[in-house]
Amino acid sequence: MNAARNVYIGHEVERTEDFRFLTGRGVFVDDYEPAGVWHAAILRSSVAHGRIGKIDAAAALKIPGVHAVITAADIGEKIPTIPIRLAPIAGLEKYLQPVIATDKVRYVGEPVAVVLADSRAIAEDAVAEIDLTIESLDPIPDWRAAETDKTLLFEQNGTNVATRYSVGFGDTDAIFVSAEYTRREFFRAHRHTAVPMETRGVVAEWDAAAERLIVNGATKVTFFNRRALAAMMQMPESAIDLIELDVGGGFGIRGEFYPEDFLIPFAARKFKRPVKWIEDRLEHLQAANHSREIDCELEIACRRDGTIVALRGCIYSDMGAYTRTNSGVVPAKAAQFLHGPYHIPAVKFDVAAYMTSKTPVGTYRAPGRFEANFFRERLIDMAARDLKIDPIEFRRKNLIATAEMPYSIGKLVPYENESAYDTGDYHAGLDKCLEAFGWNEKKHLQGRNIDGRYHGLGVACFVESGGAGPRENTRMILERDGRITVAIGSSVLGQGLETVFAQIAADALSVPFETFRVLHGSTTLVDEGFGTYHSRAVVMGGSAILDGAKNLLDAIRTAAALQFNCRSDDVAIEDGEIKSPDGRTLTFAALAAAAGPIEVKGTFANTKRTYSYGAHAAHVTVDARTGHVAVLDYLAVEDIGRTINPALVHGQTFGAVVQGLGGVFLDHLIYDANAQLLNASLAEYLLPTATDFPFIRGITMELHRSPSNPLGAKGAGEGGMVAVAAAAGNAVAAALSSLGVEPTELPLTPPRLWRLMKDAKDRSPATP
Amino acid sequence: MSEHAKVHLTVNGKVYEANVEPRTTLVDCLRHDLKLTGTHVGCEHGVCGACTVIVDNAAVRSCLMFAVQADGAQITTVEGLSNGDALSPLQASFRKHHALQCGFCTAGILTTAHTLLSEEPDADADRIREVLSGNICRCTGYVQIIEAVLDARAAYKQNPGAAP
Repeated sequence: MNAARNVYIGHEVERTEDFRFLTGRGVFVDDYEPAGVWHAAILRSSVAHGRIGKIDAAAALKIPGVHAVITAADIGEKIPTIPIRLAPIAGLEKYLQPVIATDKVRYVGEPVAVVLADSRAIAEDAVAEIDLTIESLDPIPDWRAAETDKTLLFEQNGTNVATRYSVGFGDTDAIFVSAEYTRREFFRAHRHTAVPMETRGVVAEWDAAAERLIVNGATKVTFFNRRALAAMMQMPESAIDLIELDVGGGFGIRGEFYPEDFLIPFAARKFKRPVKWIEDRLEHLQAANHSREIDCELEIACRRDGTIVALRGCIYSDMGAYTRTNSGVVPAKAAQFLHGPYHIPAVKFDVAAYMTSKTPVGTYRAPGRFEANFFRERLIDMAARDLKIDPIEFRRKNLIATAEMPYSIGKLVPYENESAYDTGDYHAGLDKCLEAFGWNEKKHLQGRNIDGRYHGLGVACFVESGGAGPRENTRMILERDGRITVAIGSSVLGQGLETVFAQIAADALSVPFETFRVLHGSTTLVDEGFGTYHSRAVVMGGSAILDGAKNLLDAIRTAAALQFNCRSDDVAIEDGEIKSPDGRTLTFAALAAAAGPIEVKGTFANTKRTYSYGAHAAHVTVDARTGHVAVLDYLAVEDIGRTINPALVHGQTFGAVVQGLGGVFLDHLIYDANAQLLNASLAEYLLPTATDFPFIRGITMELHRSPSNPLGAKGAGEGGMVAVAAAAGNAVAAALSSLGVEPTELPLTPPRLWRLMKDAKDRSPATP
Repeated sequence: MSEHAKVHLTVNGKVYEANVEPRTTLVDCLRHDLKLTGTHVGCEHGVCGACTVIVDNAAVRSCLMFAVQADGAQITTVEGLSNGDALSPLQASFRKHHALQCGFCTAGILTTAHTLLSEEPDADADRIREVLSGNICRCTGYVQIIEAVLDARAAYKQNPGAAP
């Protein structure tokens, strides 16, 4: 398998994790059940906006097997609110979510009471017996209703507009006044979310003697969550352990701090019993973060030859009822990534975030990017059509050149420093995509109606950030048996980190892959960890491991020098063998057996982002009678700098593309005018299945490493997602170009496309 | 609620007796009473396929079947697909092709694919996709799953009905 001894990076190493998953031996949070556990079920608001009247749990408490019912009154005088973790945009802090509803409810699914019982079934029986009265208030179903401030979600704030800000550079408005060509369009991305296969869950255990709390089922950002929980519980952080078990998919939604992450530990401490709560699918769809619901008015200014001279737009973000841990990321990144991979002299983006009586918003894989790339790339195709320029030539004319790297995009995010695209050949990314896709060979199909289906090809270019700082930490231990434990602050979300971290460590120490045991995520493992989000695990965690490996080699030399009675500088280490100047040798295992376990730390600090880039291309057909879209070919090309395990990267790409296509054609959280969620089950919330999008391809390039980390890696988890709506949207538009149809609103469902086609034909009866 | 029923199940060749409420689903019985936690619950209404187990040679959503309905049945769960620590050819193919990421849906996909290939060892990619369309995976986009099932067919052809 390997090109050289102990070289693993770049190879399709089989995953360490797979054996336990394939044999049913994984331990996910619902698989963990401490003795004497009580099971929790949660009474949630069925009203979008209302004032809580009576909560009478007497009947519930009479059910055999029911132990307690917790409401806001039991929590204490002051109900804790969930803090902001990312994107602290001024204003958002006034809309934080209390861990349980007190006087008002603000979305369907908001927790009102927690029942504790001998089984989940009994707890659910009891939830149904709680007598809850809620006086309905006017719902605020969308941002336009919110903007009127006729009904206030938070009366004390006086407005539903949580924040407004403007970012940009250059004299944008003046350029628009004198531009040779401008076009303005209104776009919409729709509310949908990640829906990992494992729902969320918490198992909290209270050790009364030691006054310690153990919370199982944590992931993503365990150290932040521990800090938040410690503050809410008024406990020292050191008295709380957050434990990461196996994790059934992350995608942004899992591992953020939700109300249950307080309520269940609180119940465990209050009743001195282990308490387990496993989210059911209804709760997941109602109450875990939603995402993507952004409207955008976007305007482009060009010269007649297609050179972009300015871009400006407004982001209107429906935040749902509360600011959650990372809500601000969604509008902020949507604005930032409108710029894209193009040379644009002047940009101006206005952002407004509105509170509505719907489920709060947080991140979903490629947050803001999926939306922004759709808006911009659709507009570019429209501009190219207006100017009668081939859309590919239009893009080539405007893509940032390699010689311009690093390319500053200024300060497009209010809570971040100025940023710059690090490295890349954006033209090569597009060229590779078109060549591998067979664009020229397929071009003759563009817009043609063959047997009742319109064919269309679409392309989209993107740039994508990853590798959020500030640090990551590892602890590495050469154990007495010669194995090496790598403990890391990065979290697992199901992406195979145990494997890639062992690959990185094996190369760095030049010992076999099987030497390593990778432990991750839990707050017990390292002093400080930053977790996994923003495609940062390999960039930050992997680089920390390189530092740890260097320190471990130093420590091994020092320990071996004592054994050899020589200077540590004179100790050589080669392929796991330790050599003295006079030719004596020791294995790692022999040294550890003689000298005891050797433990070191490693860290990597960096605040510069990595910027991967590339292009997607899609070939679709649209059924002229029904509006149904078939994806005949889809290719995602991305330069991620350096690939640790190609099979895993391809898996990320395939998975992201199919998730993205689901977001374009299927997934949709549908609300009615009363802000009631209409499709909170997997029978009605459609997710891609194996038959929906079979023709997916991915190509990973390693043209330009990131200069900001020693691996040279760039984030690899989200590039397959970022441009899917853009490329697929452009393909659908191209298919329907003979009708003059320009889809600007997601999802591209059969009814929507049928309506667009019908309206176009009604406008122009002569169209074939 | 309080009236419990006794059920006898043969799971992975081992006979179990459980005392369950009539409303207890088969998956809850397997997971909570028999402590066989390899079978997972994804939606509890028969859409996602994560809980698929093999009941008397048929792939069945164990969230849609009551434990009492399975009384006397022969059941195979993911834990019964491998022979001790040796992966079955299907499992090994999944590992080789990286046909899983988070591993949560995997049990249901393996039991579904095993049932299919036991009956139709010549199933082509379209047929495999059709049958697996009842199992939702959010991580892989299915590409590597289909490759893994295709590659595992040889083992079932050599050994028709390749029981683990």
